Amino acid sequence: MIRVALRGLAGRKLRAALTALAVVLGVAMVSGSYVLTDTIDKAFNAIFVESYAGTDAVVSGKGAEISFEGQTAQAPPIPEDVLEQVRGIEGVELATGSVADVQTKLLKPDGEAIGTGGAPALAFGIETAPEYARFNPLNIVDGRWPTGPGEVVIDEGVADDEEFSVGDRIGVAALGPAEEFEIVGIAKYGGLSSIGGATFAIFDIPTAQALLDKRGQLDTVQAAAEPGVAPEDLVQRIAAELGPSVTVRTGTEQAGEESGEIATFTKIIRYFLLTFAGVALFVGAFVIFNTLSITVAQRTREFATLRTIGASRRQVLGSVIVEALVVGLLASIVGLFSGLGLAVGLNALFVALDLDLPQTQTVFATRTIVVSLLVGTGVTLLAGLAPALRATRVPPIAAVREGAVLPRSFLARYVPFIAAATVLLAVLSLSYGMLSDDLATGNRFLLLGVGVLALFVGVALLSSRLVRPVASAAHPIGKWLVVVLLAVLYPVTLAYWLLRFGLFGADASVGRRVGAFLAGAALGAPLLPIVLVMWVASKLTRFTPEWPVDFPNVRPDPTMSDIGRENARRNPGRTAATAAALMIGIALVTFVGVLAQGLRVSNSDAIERQIQADLIVTSQDGYSEFPAAVGDTVAEIEATDVVSNVRQEVAEVAGSAGNLTGLDGRSINEVYDFHWEEGSDEVLASLGREGAVLPNNVADDNDLTAGDTFTVRSTDNRTKEFVVRGIYDGSPFYPLLGSASISQEAFDDLYDRPRNRFTLVNVPGDPSDAQKARLEAALEGFPDTRVQTRQEWIDKEDREIGRFLLLLYVLLALSVVISLFGMVNTLALSVFERTRELGMLRAVGTTRRQVRRMIRHESVITALIGTALGLPLGIFLALLVTRALSQYDLQFAIPTTSLIVFVVVAAIAGVVAAILPARRAARLRVLEALQYE
Amino acid sequence: MAEPETNDRAVVSAHELTRVYGEGETAVHALRGVTLDVEGGKLTAVMGPSGSGKSTLMHLLAALDRPTGGTVTLAGTTLGELSDTEITLLRRDHIGFIFQFFNLLPMLTAEENIVLPLRLAGDKPDEGFFDELLEKVGLQDRRKHRPSELSGGQQQRVAIARALVTRPTVVFADEPTGNLDSKTGGEILELLRSSVQDYGQTLVMVTHEPRAAAQADRVLFLADGAIVKELHGADEHEVLSAVEEIALK
Repeated sequence: MIRVALRGLAGRKLRAALTALAVVLGVAMVSGSYVLTDTIDKAFNAIFVESYAGTDAVVSGKGAEISFEGQTAQAPPIPEDVLEQVRGIEGVELATGSVADVQTKLLKPDGEAIGTGGAPALAFGIETAPEYARFNPLNIVDGRWPTGPGEVVIDEGVADDEEFSVGDRIGVAALGPAEEFEIVGIAKYGGLSSIGGATFAIFDIPTAQALLDKRGQLDTVQAAAEPGVAPEDLVQRIAAELGPSVTVRTGTEQAGEESGEIATFTKIIRYFLLTFAGVALFVGAFVIFNTLSITVAQRTREFATLRTIGASRRQVLGSVIVEALVVGLLASIVGLFSGLGLAVGLNALFVALDLDLPQTQTVFATRTIVVSLLVGTGVTLLAGLAPALRATRVPPIAAVREGAVLPRSFLARYVPFIAAATVLLAVLSLSYGMLSDDLATGNRFLLLGVGVLALFVGVALLSSRLVRPVASAAHPIGKWLVVVLLAVLYPVTLAYWLLRFGLFGADASVGRRVGAFLAGAALGAPLLPIVLVMWVASKLTRFTPEWPVDFPNVRPDPTMSDIGRENARRNPGRTAATAAALMIGIALVTFVGVLAQGLRVSNSDAIERQIQADLIVTSQDGYSEFPAAVGDTVAEIEATDVVSNVRQEVAEVAGSAGNLTGLDGRSINEVYDFHWEEGSDEVLASLGREGAVLPNNVADDNDLTAGDTFTVRSTDNRTKEFVVRGIYDGSPFYPLLGSASISQEAFDDLYDRPRNRFTLVNVPGDPSDAQKARLEAALEGFPDTRVQTRQEWIDKEDREIGRFLLLLYVLLALSVVISLFGMVNTLALSVFERTRELGMLRAVGTTRRQVRRMIRHESVITALIGTALGLPLGIFLALLVTRALSQYDLQFAIPTTSLIVFVVVAAIAGVVAAILPARRAARLRVLEALQYE
Repeated sequence: MAEPETNDRAVVSAHELTRVYGEGETAVHALRGVTLDVEGGKLTAVMGPSGSGKSTLMHLLAALDRPTGGTVTLAGTTLGELSDTEITLLRRDHIGFIFQFFNLLPMLTAEENIVLPLRLAGDKPDEGFFDELLEKVGLQDRRKHRPSELSGGQQQRVAIARALVTRPTVVFADEPTGNLDSKTGGEILELLRSSVQDYGQTLVMVTHEPRAAAQADRVLFLADGAIVKELHGADEHEVLSAVEEIALK
């Protein structure tokens, strides 16, 4: 039987290949996600391991270790003389100190900061004498190490991208205005091919101390042990000598500490990508299920014949399962290796979205291979199980019956109930998962995942009932949409036709052909090579282009579209399953689209509700803190009414980590709108050194009212008590002030190097471009700043949401492509099944073009059914999430334009999916088709 | 709506038709030079044993296949150099088909199946003629039924109405009774006969049943790809003996 199955498979290569593609893409996504994130992981690891390769013990300042929203404050620096102390400790062979920073921007020649896309902009001050080389993970590629003030070594990536070379000057911006340095060398990180978006600048220690405002201080002291002294012993000796004010770790521990945070980050990326792989596999499962169901139905006679010659049910079952197994395994292997290519593509996608991650040699882990093969084969087998079981129900007698059909599954009559129960279960678990308060995150995600899957399966099961009405409703849309598309895309369609007419229109006069060709080439030059290749192919091979040479009749053909619609409706189960695959992709795209629209609206509302300033100064990215010196510079500009600095740093407020805000009490009420619950704008000016105002959610959570006191601990490990002077209605969606706001003076007491989150500026009259330009000119020395009006700020945030949305769309597009294969498959199988019918249609006068239109319409209707199911599902899911997040004031907004675009894209997908099957149907030879059994 | 005057001129002509399948040693000569005129308004039957070339002849006359040699002229047009689209349009306007397996579209009603060829051309059916046709084939009360709800004979009646609805130059029927029991087959033959009589419809029927051929005005006998005998107005016995005579040769 296995041989029969394999022979059968070999006989249906094309179909098997199309089926397999559905799995290949999903598996490629799995393996690509692993390969990419493993590679990034390895690169990061290399950075940290190499950084401490020659180090046995590391001394660093003891920080407050407060971490908020993934940001951990840098440990405070330690006094410089610690280095001399360490050098004096027995067992220390060699020690060095270093200064480091992660926000030191390098400037392009035009003065603009080089963006890092969220990656650190590193600065190091190190001892570069040869004897300290063991502590230094960097290699000089060109030039030499810096030895004095005004000298810098930059990284290879920046040098290449911005065409800097040794001897050039480069701007460096740290805390103060940008300074110029001479590039004396170019370096790279040991074995890495790229450090991603990160940049680095290396100085000698005194220069770095001056630049980073750490005179007399070091961030770390690194020590190497004498031979025979274990790192652990060395750590103990140093710790004993220096006391509890510092942290001492072995080099390995320190590397682990630093890479730990990054590992979490790559893990998030990995699961993020794997989610999309899961969706792709899920859609692929639908496609496989559907394709196998159709082929099993079409092979009824074959199975019956096998049964008559003595095959048992088990053997029939086995033959279908073996088929699924072989397809699944082959597809998984292809997918596994395609993943290597896909990883490159995913990385390019991230880079395009400014998320540049470090790279090293590709990591192809055993885990990647095992998981990809298991998952791909498993999914295929699972999807093939139901069709295989149905094949066993074919009675031997079907072998001799004309037009025998597969018996109905014994479950068939329960399907509506099962479907309804599944949908109900899905909605219940989704609601519970989103709205319940007492669920662990893991359980919640599990519940939501299961809910969404069940919802899709349930709706897919129900959808065969919806096919008939929805097909009728989609019919006029599909009929006209294609016409509209052809008209709208006339630069392509008309140019294509003109070129085709020029090359293939053998009946027309030479003059008209030449004219058409030239006109087509002028209108659509990019199409020229495609059409020329077709022309060459038609000369060299038996290829004959199918598209009409006569002028395309773009009016809808009512007869053929009616028949197409009826074809879509005649086998509702098949159409439903095909459409369901597309439904999943459309639902998810709609879901993220609607959520993103909600985010946009909520975001702009929150900003408008809070900010009243004419102009807003932020860092380039809008959320990082920037040097307080920026605010001072703005304050010196004469033509401003109000300049109010809003400081922000991470702190522990009343026991939990959050942002602490430092306000300019005299002016903040003019640029920020407080909605007071207790207190008034008056309290702001009189906050003094112990007054604070809180947003209501923080006050409620901590049971604080006006007059109560609470404790604040800064990341510089200073603690202070504050008295609540006022409580305002914070903006839950996008709070621009932190968990507590205190006066600027009190804030500056808590931090050594306080930074601003915003500098809010009012100017006389309405903000003009000239006023904005004046601010920008004043801030030229601070390249990491951005001056915007409120609307510009909102627009920028919109664009950023849009960019992330685009990433999601691209990743979801994979599932849509897979469902497209499903549509091609179903159509091709239907064409095959309806061969004789097609022969009759052709015999009684249906032209080839009419046949193509009929199939195209069927395809477009199927696509529209998928959309009609997917859009409401996606909106429903988004609504559910919005409700679940109601405490954050997330609003629900429907992006109408996007939804219309999805419908149009789905229709185009339908047109594209129909190309090959329609061509095949049109090419059937009438006579052979008529005689086909 | 009957057309009493019959057209005595040939509406379909074949000249020296040959058709060879395959090449070289395995080549099969299905037709070896057939020349033939089909008279308008007459029922012509084509008979012959399996492999005699009768189906091939019909396919060539009906523009479903292209000859290896010779020409076919239909409604004044020589088929030789026409493109696929031109041939399709010619079939749509001038040819009606009746198949052994009915070949109706399962998702369309009887009525929709009948008017399909008109709708393909974008035409509306002539209501008067359409009703008359329905009555003639006896399907007035079945017009909204789908093929699966009709018996074999009823399905073939739908197919006949479909072939006649465009008032084609010629209708080709390929074993129209081959898939029906003999009583129903007889009714179908009468229907075909009467459509020739009442409408002056030219009809060419390929059959291997002498009873069917006996309905014809003219019976052509094919053997080994050539016309070997021709009868006019023969009854079933004459046809039968002709068949035997050919088989013995």
